[in-house]
Amino acid sequence: MAKKPETKQEVSTTGHSWDGIEEYNNPLPRWWLWTLYLCIIWGIGYTIAYPAWPMINGATKGVLGYSTRAEVAADIAAVEAQNEAINTKLAGTELTEISADPELNGYAQSAGAAVFKTWCAQCHGSGAAGAKGYPNLLDNDWLWGGDIEAIHTTISHGVRNETDDDAHYSEMPAFGEMLENEEIDQVVNYVLSLSGDAPDAALAEAGAVVFEDNCAVCHMEDGTGDRSQGAPNLADAIWLYGGDFDTVKETVTYSRFGVMPNWNERLTEAQVRAVATYVHSLGGGE
Amino acid sequence: MSDSETPSLYAAREPIFPKRVSGLFRNLKWGIMIVTLGIYYITPWLRWDRGPELPDQAVLVDLASRRFFFFWIEIWPHEFYFIAGLLVMAGLGLFLFTSALGRVWCGYACPQTVWTDLFILVERWIEGDRNARLRLHRQKKLDFRKARLRLTKWTTWLLISVATGGAWVFYFTDAPTLLVNLATMNAHPVAYTTIAVLTLTTFIFGGFAREQICIYACPWPRIQAAMMDEDTLVVGYREWRGEPRGKHRKAEGAEALGDCIDCMACVNVCPVGIDIRDGQQLECITCGLCIDACDDMMDKIGKPRGLIDYMALTDESRERAGMEPKSVWKHVFRPRTVMYTILWASVGFALLFALFIRSDIDLTVAPVRNPTFITLSDGTIRNTYEVRLRNKHGEERPFRVTVSGDPSLHVTVEGSPYEVVPVPADSTKLARIYVMAPKGSTPAEAERTEFRFWVEDTASGERAYKDSVFNGRAN
Repeated sequence: MAKKPETKQEVSTTGHSWDGIEEYNNPLPRWWLWTLYLCIIWGIGYTIAYPAWPMINGATKGVLGYSTRAEVAADIAAVEAQNEAINTKLAGTELTEISADPELNGYAQSAGAAVFKTWCAQCHGSGAAGAKGYPNLLDNDWLWGGDIEAIHTTISHGVRNETDDDAHYSEMPAFGEMLENEEIDQVVNYVLSLSGDAPDAALAEAGAVVFEDNCAVCHMEDGTGDRSQGAPNLADAIWLYGGDFDTVKETVTYSRFGVMPNWNERLTEAQVRAVATYVHSLGGGE
Repeated sequence: MSDSETPSLYAAREPIFPKRVSGLFRNLKWGIMIVTLGIYYITPWLRWDRGPELPDQAVLVDLASRRFFFFWIEIWPHEFYFIAGLLVMAGLGLFLFTSALGRVWCGYACPQTVWTDLFILVERWIEGDRNARLRLHRQKKLDFRKARLRLTKWTTWLLISVATGGAWVFYFTDAPTLLVNLATMNAHPVAYTTIAVLTLTTFIFGGFAREQICIYACPWPRIQAAMMDEDTLVVGYREWRGEPRGKHRKAEGAEALGDCIDCMACVNVCPVGIDIRDGQQLECITCGLCIDACDDMMDKIGKPRGLIDYMALTDESRERAGMEPKSVWKHVFRPRTVMYTILWASVGFALLFALFIRSDIDLTVAPVRNPTFITLSDGTIRNTYEVRLRNKHGEERPFRVTVSGDPSLHVTVEGSPYEVVPVPADSTKLARIYVMAPKGSTPAEAERTEFRFWVEDTASGERAYKDSVFNGRAN
């Protein structure tokens, strides 16, 4: 409480006077001052207890030895320890049984989504829509098979890599060295006619023979492809590199050689199974 | 401060020993104290049946499941505007009361005032009224009696503080369960920490800091000045009637004195330690206790009441001119307060309206734009939507998702052969919904096709919808 002046007219001043202008003295409560001192003491104690003062190499460590990095590491370790049981369960469950167990399926979906965004999104896109040469994983067209076991195999061993002997392997010849340009034009027209729209019907008709002689052995006579060789289905609406005449001609002339790394060495079995479950659930899984 | 003539810029708190008083405003304050403390302590223990899957606490802020329960009303996080609206109403209500009745909130209803009042009551019970407390304060020697009285007082304050902090945490989880857990030391550390912090602040604020909080810590007294005008009712002293003040001895010149006998009753009862006769002051919380004290004294000396009274600044000039003061109602009803009332009521009606048109099922639709669409083997165009379905019923409900707008669009739920999504009781479920248009159909070839998502509760037939857009190949 401010001290009441003797009479109403008399108010104490600080004694300061500037050009006759005086300053009233409305003293601050003393406890307020003590609060400030306490805060200063607390602040000094804080800088002793926690990392604070910048030095030439880093900052003072603080006597409590606290560091945010160690805290993150401990949190990660705690989460991993917490997930150990379900990871073991995931690695030991039949692939086809995972979706039947709601708890396991929920975990696999979430963990798989995280793995996907860390390791797969660079090529297949964060939304799994792929890009030219990198398959779209949302659709129902699969080069090497779309059931959960086939997806799991593809992720584990990869495609056409040199680091895993079990990787999927196949190689399309570059037909530019084997066929005349006219024959290539014919067969490209034929391939485009399989899914409905050939630019030149006459050439397409001639291309049927070329196709049967050179392509049908892998892509099958009706052009529906062969998953055991990763030979794409040419009769559907989906094109990995593009479905216009020039792109298909480029593919036939020079061939393609898409590579995917094997993930069995970088990811744990549980992670591979989780991401297989996730990819299988994206709308095209068989 | 080397200048020896400079006075200290810091002052110690001067202890205040408010004297007991009785009268209209004191009784009003007792009544408000009983009602507000009663609401505070009893509310968490009220029960309200919401079915087997929901908590039965009438008022519950369920932070873990992000729900606010208030009797029959249940607020979800996306309905936070109700809370915002209530805060707006509380703000406008304070404006209204302040412009009409000054610092009536401070004087009667503020927790700081209510708890300080309670602590002073305890102090008076244990240590006696003002004079006894003053004697005890001035007694330098700490004898057995002083130690006993002080310890009893502080212990009682501490018990009240623990009960205050303890009651607070009951609003956030099931009160009976928490009480058992607290007693058996099984409650969450956050509960103990909260109780400890609130106990400490209640003990310090109510027992020792008291008016210092109002004068130095609280921003409200500073804001209030902007809402008060010369028609606002405040506690005032009829100086023109009271002065010159003096003891009414049968001495020479006694007839020349005013009605104020300078008995200091108004000063002695003041909980913030001011002399109201000095005029309006920042410290005054307009609790009206000085009015009670002065009226009591005026009755005793046979003078009319109202030397200290609720009045507006405009009354002064009128009364000095010998006119009647304006009636209380004329002070209270003026364009400003009517405006505040209209605003306050409008927000209230808007909230009530919003409350009654709420649906028990609801959905939000977030189209997946990564990618905007995909082509399937047979040329079908597929869009994906993340649809969050809300079920506010107390039991699980099967929700059917359909679309309307273009007959070629059809819908499936990801991971399910059915169009029906079961949503658990009182929760939300995020479903990824595929909307497909066959090759060659209008939506498949167009750039954008507007359509409508419908969700239907197959148990009750309730429906809700949200509009969205289908992206075709032309994108």
